[in-house]
Amino acid sequence: MSTQTISQSSTWGGGNSPFKVSYGKLMMWVFLLSDAFTFSSLLTAYGAIRYSFSSTDTFIEEVTPVKLEADGIPMRDGRIDFTFADNLINKYTPESASHAAHGAEGHADHTDYFVQKMGETGIFSESHWPSPDLVFNHFPGFGVIDFHGMHLPLIFVSLMTLILILSSVTMVLAVEAGQRGDKAAVSKWMLWTIIGGFMFLSCQAWEWTQFIGAGSRMYSNPYGPPTFAALFFGVTGFHGFHVFSGVVLNIIVYVNNLMGTYEKRGHYEMVEKVGLYWHFVDLVWVFVFTFFYLI
Amino acid sequence: MSTATAHAHTEDHHHHEESFISKYVFSMDHKMISKQFLITGIIMGVIGMAMSIAFRLQLAYPETSFPILEWLFGSKWAPDGHLDAGYYMALVTMHGTIMVFYVLTAGLSGTFANLLLPLQVGARDMASPFMNMLSYWLFLLSSLVLLSSLFVETGPASGGWTIYPPLSALPKAMPGSGMGMTLWLVAIVLFIASSLLGGINYVSTVLNMRTKGMSMTRLPLTVWALMLTAVLGILSFPVLLGGGLLLLFDRGFGTSFYLSDIYLGSAGALEHTGGSPVLFQHLFWFLGHPEVYIIIMPALGITSEIIAVNSRKPIFGYTAMVISLLGIAFLSFIVWGHHMFITGMNPLLGAVFLVTTLIIAVPSAVKTFNYLATLWRGNIRFTNGMMFAIGLVSFFISGGLTGIFLGNAALDIQLHDTYFVVGHFHIVMGCAAIFGMIAGIYHWFPKMFGRMMNKPLGYIHFWLTFISAYLVFFPMHFMGLAGVPRRYYAFTLLPEYNVWADVNVLMTLAAILGGIAQIIFLYNFFSSIFIGEKATQNPWEANTLEWTTPVERIHGNWPGEIPTVYRWAYDYSNPAYEADFMPQNIPDEHSAEELFEKNTSVDPARKDSPVRETADFFTLLRNWFKPRTV
Repeated sequence: MSTQTISQSSTWGGGNSPFKVSYGKLMMWVFLLSDAFTFSSLLTAYGAIRYSFSSTDTFIEEVTPVKLEADGIPMRDGRIDFTFADNLINKYTPESASHAAHGAEGHADHTDYFVQKMGETGIFSESHWPSPDLVFNHFPGFGVIDFHGMHLPLIFVSLMTLILILSSVTMVLAVEAGQRGDKAAVSKWMLWTIIGGFMFLSCQAWEWTQFIGAGSRMYSNPYGPPTFAALFFGVTGFHGFHVFSGVVLNIIVYVNNLMGTYEKRGHYEMVEKVGLYWHFVDLVWVFVFTFFYLI
Repeated sequence: MSTATAHAHTEDHHHHEESFISKYVFSMDHKMISKQFLITGIIMGVIGMAMSIAFRLQLAYPETSFPILEWLFGSKWAPDGHLDAGYYMALVTMHGTIMVFYVLTAGLSGTFANLLLPLQVGARDMASPFMNMLSYWLFLLSSLVLLSSLFVETGPASGGWTIYPPLSALPKAMPGSGMGMTLWLVAIVLFIASSLLGGINYVSTVLNMRTKGMSMTRLPLTVWALMLTAVLGILSFPVLLGGGLLLLFDRGFGTSFYLSDIYLGSAGALEHTGGSPVLFQHLFWFLGHPEVYIIIMPALGITSEIIAVNSRKPIFGYTAMVISLLGIAFLSFIVWGHHMFITGMNPLLGAVFLVTTLIIAVPSAVKTFNYLATLWRGNIRFTNGMMFAIGLVSFFISGGLTGIFLGNAALDIQLHDTYFVVGHFHIVMGCAAIFGMIAGIYHWFPKMFGRMMNKPLGYIHFWLTFISAYLVFFPMHFMGLAGVPRRYYAFTLLPEYNVWADVNVLMTLAAILGGIAQIIFLYNFFSSIFIGEKATQNPWEANTLEWTTPVERIHGNWPGEIPTVYRWAYDYSNPAYEADFMPQNIPDEHSAEELFEKNTSVDPARKDSPVRETADFFTLLRNWFKPRTV
């Protein structure tokens, strides 16, 4: 009678579960609450540092558009006219961009030239925080986005965001299929969610490549204060790590489902648990997107 | 895990002997894990205390040579028996880190949450025994990483346990900022992971694994305190994780989150620009302040239980106790700025933090008065646990009062970074919490090891510790009022502070006395495990469920059905019964409702008086927590 093992299934001794959830799901909720505080601390640090700098918008107002025009940056309604970026790219020759050390691809070289031009006029400088519109305005294969005279910054990151949100939708469908006990549908929608996750990660990889290609490092940044780059790598990297973990979890659940684990178990709660995590990661991205790109 | 479950299934109905490894090393039994936490905590406590005696020797006798120091730390850190100035800082830093995180967070919460939560809510084990095991092993790994920093060439971290940048952010700032600081950060990251795994488990266990009839309002106060402690840890540690991550970037990748415009003697002007060291302080104290409640709340919960049991009275104001715990837990998140009054904070913001800080006095006072009211006219049994619990109340009062001084921004300008602060926090969170922890050890030792601790030795331990603790920390307040700054390794060249030399000698001698007292405790603890008097099932005649389990401490806790709960945990000296205690699992011939009402400190004679109406809010609150079926 000294030692006795009692099965896990009889752990729950009775009474009613107060929140009508299993302890596993409750644990996931509690973990997400905790993780929310981690992201909050990083975003708070971001806010504190960003607002200790003045912004490029203020700089443009102070230097006056007229002076910037004289320096070769065309202005329209007090804002930069981005058709000039196109002109720069047309004028681009390998010789004119000999300073570009990192350009593996053609458009990365154009970018360097653009960044250099902006630096010369003082729009990009260590003393003020760059407007995200001026930094994240590239699209694969197009360089600085200028669509028939329309400046479309953030178009790429918007696409990324859309992909991640859509993957949340497919995750909802997977959870719903799990509640119906429809194994095939769970497989289908989990697969779409995994694909969405990979697409998002690939987009992020491209964006990082773009950013690093322009000369950004943890400790230096051609667009503005070095901390801008450090925070960008730190926060989007930490989020990307979460997405990556989520994709791994999704793959595990996907494989388990294919092997019929949940069918044998009689419920698909595991899908709901990774679903919670996935929605959380998605929600965090909405905040990162808002604070890093939109504002 | 699924295979482990399947394994357990197949061997469900017959006994099997566990191997040594699965029983004592990689145990998933919460009672064994609690002992692992306790003994690791005790070892860390001994190390932390030895360090404090080493630097107290330096403070008392700055010019005397102590060969033992050279023997202990080597001729590099204590040449000719004189402690090196930098190593003095390292010892203070390690002492603080070890005591705050490793002894009073993991050692205290880890031990008692693991031991008591499943036993007191009536569960076979934690919600996830595997995560629980992982939590302990991460904690042990973290302890080892931290201790390993004592052996690196440049010595351990020495920028204080609060690791403020730039000392912590620039590896070249001083010897302790190098490898030692990196190891410190790695250890804390592991610690946070351990604390998170543990905390998630504790909260889920309390909310989801309660036995039949164990409504939230029937939970013993220990469970409330330990659960809310876990909530604080879950919400505040991640912020330190975020802050520490950025600090690691500053150290390793040349970023400037916390650094700006720095000139370093050895390296000249640095390239760091644009960061703010005050940002780190905000992130740190967002953890750091809840952390002091993470330390004190389990001790308060333990005290509530021990005082009620040994006064043979219901705890006074159960609902008020729960609400004040909730209040402390909430307020602890909005007071961190009072650690930073002199950082150049906007005075208006300082005033806000001042107000929230002083409001904490309200729930704290509620708890103190309730302890005193519980003791009032009780049939007090002065067990060892009870002595230490009363000791906690004493320290909580005297340390809490000086907290009101420090919470005032205007006074804090004078008192900041003086010995007043050192005296304050050592009494209110150091001594009070360690007294709660020791009270818990004496009280639940029979449940952990099936034997009793030696009572006379316990008394000697109590009085020596109690007296020496006050002798060490009380004079610090006077030194602080006179402006003596903390973190100085000698005052020999500063005549205005050196007048306190004799007091420093007194404090050091008292600290050594306190150290000797702990040796008595260690002997008592470890010898009682093997030769202590055999315990009975319910040696303190307590009501809570852990005393309904057999003395043998089986895996799964109860050999048969888990007991059903019919009453709250504090039915002591109830006039309706012959016995002076009524365990929670004893059914009641009256309705459970009626019995509960009888114990809400409302005098039945005044049933129709207006006082009764004021209880309605609390009745509503209680009903809200009650399960729909009993």
